[in-house]
Amino acid sequence: MASPRPEARLEPWKDPAAEPYVRIEKVTKKFGDFVAVHQVSLKIYRGEIFCLLGASGCGKTTLLRMLAGFEQPSEGRIWIDGTDMTGIPPYERPVNMMFQSYALFPHMTVEQNVAFGLKQDGVPKAEIRERVAAMLDLVKLTPFAGRRPHQLSGGQRQRVALARSLIKQPKLLLLDEPLGALDKKLREHTQFELVNLQEKLGVTFVVVTHDQEEAMTLASRIGVMDHGEIVQVGTPSDIYEYPNSRFVADFIGSVNLFEGTLIEDEPDYVRVSAAELGGTFYVSHGVSAPPNATVWVALRPEKITISREQPAGDEDNRVQGVVAEIAYLGDMSIYLVRLATGRTVRITQPNIRRQAAVSAERITWDEEVWLSWDAASPVVVTQ
Amino acid sequence: MVAQGGPSTLFLAGLRGWIRAFGPYRWASDRMKDWGIGGRTLVIGIPYLWLLLFFLVPFIIVFKISLSDVRLGMPPYEPVIQWVDSQVIGIRMNLANYAFLFEDPLYRNAYLNSIKVAAISTLLCLLIGYPLAYGIARTGASWRNLLLLLVMLPFWTSFLLRVYAWIGLLGRNSPFNQLLLSLGIIDQPISLLQTDIAVYIGIVYSYLPFMVLPLYANLEKMDITLLEAAADLGCRPTKAFLTITLPLSMPGIIAGSLLVFIPAVGEFVIPALLGGPDSLMIGRVLWEEFFNNRDWPVASAVAIAMLLLLVVPIMWFQYAQARQVGVHR
Amino acid sequence: MIGRRSFFVTTAMAFGFAFLYVPILSMIIYSFNESRLVTVWAGFSTKWYVELFQNPQVLNAAKLSFKIAAINATGAVILGTLAGLALARFRRFKGRTLLTGMTTAPLVMPEVITGLSLLLLFVAMEQWFGWPAGRGVTTITIAHMTFSMAYVTVVIQSRLSTVDESLEEAAMDLGARPAKVFFLITLPIIFPAILAGWLLAFTLSWDDLVIASFVSGPGSSTLPLVIFSKVRLGVSPDINALATIMVTVVAIGIVVAGLYMQRQERQRERDVQAALAGNSP
Repeated sequence: MASPRPEARLEPWKDPAAEPYVRIEKVTKKFGDFVAVHQVSLKIYRGEIFCLLGASGCGKTTLLRMLAGFEQPSEGRIWIDGTDMTGIPPYERPVNMMFQSYALFPHMTVEQNVAFGLKQDGVPKAEIRERVAAMLDLVKLTPFAGRRPHQLSGGQRQRVALARSLIKQPKLLLLDEPLGALDKKLREHTQFELVNLQEKLGVTFVVVTHDQEEAMTLASRIGVMDHGEIVQVGTPSDIYEYPNSRFVADFIGSVNLFEGTLIEDEPDYVRVSAAELGGTFYVSHGVSAPPNATVWVALRPEKITISREQPAGDEDNRVQGVVAEIAYLGDMSIYLVRLATGRTVRITQPNIRRQAAVSAERITWDEEVWLSWDAASPVVVTQ
Repeated sequence: MVAQGGPSTLFLAGLRGWIRAFGPYRWASDRMKDWGIGGRTLVIGIPYLWLLLFFLVPFIIVFKISLSDVRLGMPPYEPVIQWVDSQVIGIRMNLANYAFLFEDPLYRNAYLNSIKVAAISTLLCLLIGYPLAYGIARTGASWRNLLLLLVMLPFWTSFLLRVYAWIGLLGRNSPFNQLLLSLGIIDQPISLLQTDIAVYIGIVYSYLPFMVLPLYANLEKMDITLLEAAADLGCRPTKAFLTITLPLSMPGIIAGSLLVFIPAVGEFVIPALLGGPDSLMIGRVLWEEFFNNRDWPVASAVAIAMLLLLVVPIMWFQYAQARQVGVHR
Repeated sequence: MIGRRSFFVTTAMAFGFAFLYVPILSMIIYSFNESRLVTVWAGFSTKWYVELFQNPQVLNAAKLSFKIAAINATGAVILGTLAGLALARFRRFKGRTLLTGMTTAPLVMPEVITGLSLLLLFVAMEQWFGWPAGRGVTTITIAHMTFSMAYVTVVIQSRLSTVDESLEEAAMDLGARPAKVFFLITLPIIFPAILAGWLLAFTLSWDDLVIASFVSGPGSSTLPLVIFSKVRLGVSPDINALATIMVTVVAIGIVVAGLYMQRQERQRERDVQAALAGNSP
């Protein structure tokens, strides 16, 4: 994951005195009997790229539309820059939005599309022309100013949509699946462009996406949503390395989850016995759970070492199995190892050396292997 | 681009600014807001009120008049609700008009005949319209629009004149008769005018586009790969048509049939011009009660009875229509 | 190839089109017939056209019908667009079901019922408020607007349901108030549908005999009323001439519209091709 230099960014959410730019307080949205968003509270700070991540239908788009003013919360309040947004229509909010479908006006040229927002504010004509030209230059669309949307490629349309939503210099930009309609290659390229633009203009972004890779690349923080609720908020690495629930662990990346019981619970470590594993986990971080509680241990596939020889050390954090499947993906290989308990464990190993050179020593089907991992790698979650 | 800075452009800009700030639109919308009427209310309210007044209320009046007595004068019916000694409201209900409809075999026959004629015409329309719609939907894109235009063109020309055309074609001196006579197939010219057959031809002819268009819209949307999948699984074309195309086109068949059947039941012009004096259809009966006998109450009762007859197909049509729009979303 | 048409379908199509066009062609041919006996060919002549244009009754009726049809179409488009907008864009409001019912029922309602009920309404209204005084152009126009707005509503509603709603939201997001959004965004996009609705409403009014029979008064004979009274007396050749003129006008209109649409479509395809081929970033 190409994270955009997190250490270079400010981390205002760690400062309790910092004033959030967007404050969402216990917001609920119901459509008839259906609860789309349930009791969501969030603080988003100036200059952030905040990603709302979740499967389709989890309420992330509804939340975004409430920020834009297209939907009114059934309960709760939203403050933007200290102003209560209740009852304020979209055309009076200091917020702009980039739509998933781009929503470019088909009967207007690129230039007219970008100028639309300024015209609504009654900006003098000369100034409009100047600012539109500067914006088109910024997104490298100057040669296409006279074209209609259907005369543009997908990537160009995306940039027109971005230019149009940025022209009014909003302090907060809402992006609904901004890269969803682009093909994979273009998407990667555009991700970085988007981050650069955001840093250059200092706009706060709230991005809705179902693509975890996109969220990891763009976000300063991610809010994972499920069934209308925010289940975890944190930086990309927090969310990946320290998921707070089975759902988050499973949703972000792939993971091996084991149900188990706490057998030792100390402030600096825990030991979990897992029947499915046929062994015990020793985890070097504390858990707040009653003794003998049922917990789940999440272990990422890339954090498991696979070897023919028995690893050194005591009985914890290792187990024996038989290789059931191998998938060669080029940059890495996936092994599925069946344990004595019948459970299959997924392991990914980077292919550091070229395959042909190592074929003799390569682990292959039906081989007996040992799996082991570091005590810092598993994460214990209680829900 | 307009040249900048001229006095006229400045004036225009000033005028536009003034209109924007104090113009009639802003004024009107502000007054509306004072009364608690927003744009949304207007958008819904205007057509709503119009339809209430000119579509729904008339039916209530028809129903009211169907319960009253005929009288000489204008309007030619007695009021149902009237002031008795200017204190008591008297309601004079008269179900005699409805009883009349049941007792007189003329009306009963007219109703049954209308349903029969409409049903047979609908079936004929379907038989002619389905292959037509199917054929157009399976034609290449460049020709398809032209063929569709050809189906639409008669619809855009006068309905009355198209019915009139058949008077010439079905009469005793028609080119058909002349052709058949000269070929020696018949020795007497036959006239189809003033028969039920002429009415069928007229209805099928006039309503055919209403059958073809919904069918075409349905068949055109159909995924051809479904038929390819069927063929791949060993289904012969005829069977594939019967088991796949036909069931999938049911919504089109239903919409088209209702669009033909419901108005055909109340058809007046076609039986009046092509049908004989004994081919009674309910629309014509209503017309004659109203214009020839000037019996408004009985005409209203006929209308209400016709509506009752058509309520089920009309509701069905609305349901089908609503579902189609729903699918579209 | 599954898409190919079978022999049966081709034959049925040929029959269908012949059925649609033989009567129209026969009218066109006999409009140039010398003889008064409309079905006996007696040589080429344009005298029925001359006679038609010298008939003040037909000309006046045509003028009146045109006026009513144009006013009706404009009114029906305004009402129908509002109703279509309400049904396509406001998902929940009180009495939505009733509005849906009132906009689809006129599509299939037998004309005799619509005509009778509107006449009885006008009579009752005249009794209560003294308006509309008598029957004539006003009552015909109101009646036509009522049933043709239903057609316009269907056209507009189905067009709106294919327009991405986020276009309107985007305009609002950029600071345009709802009324402005309608005039700057929605209206230009659905304009072809509005034009189609206008033409449809015009044709429905131009063509209507039954409803006009009920709600017209003395001195407000529309063209269909005049044609009907002539036709009832028997076949008359100048009606053939009139039919030929009307078919020609409609055909020219449709051909021009068709060519225009085809050109637009080709231009669009070329643009899309160019966009995909050349200048991706």
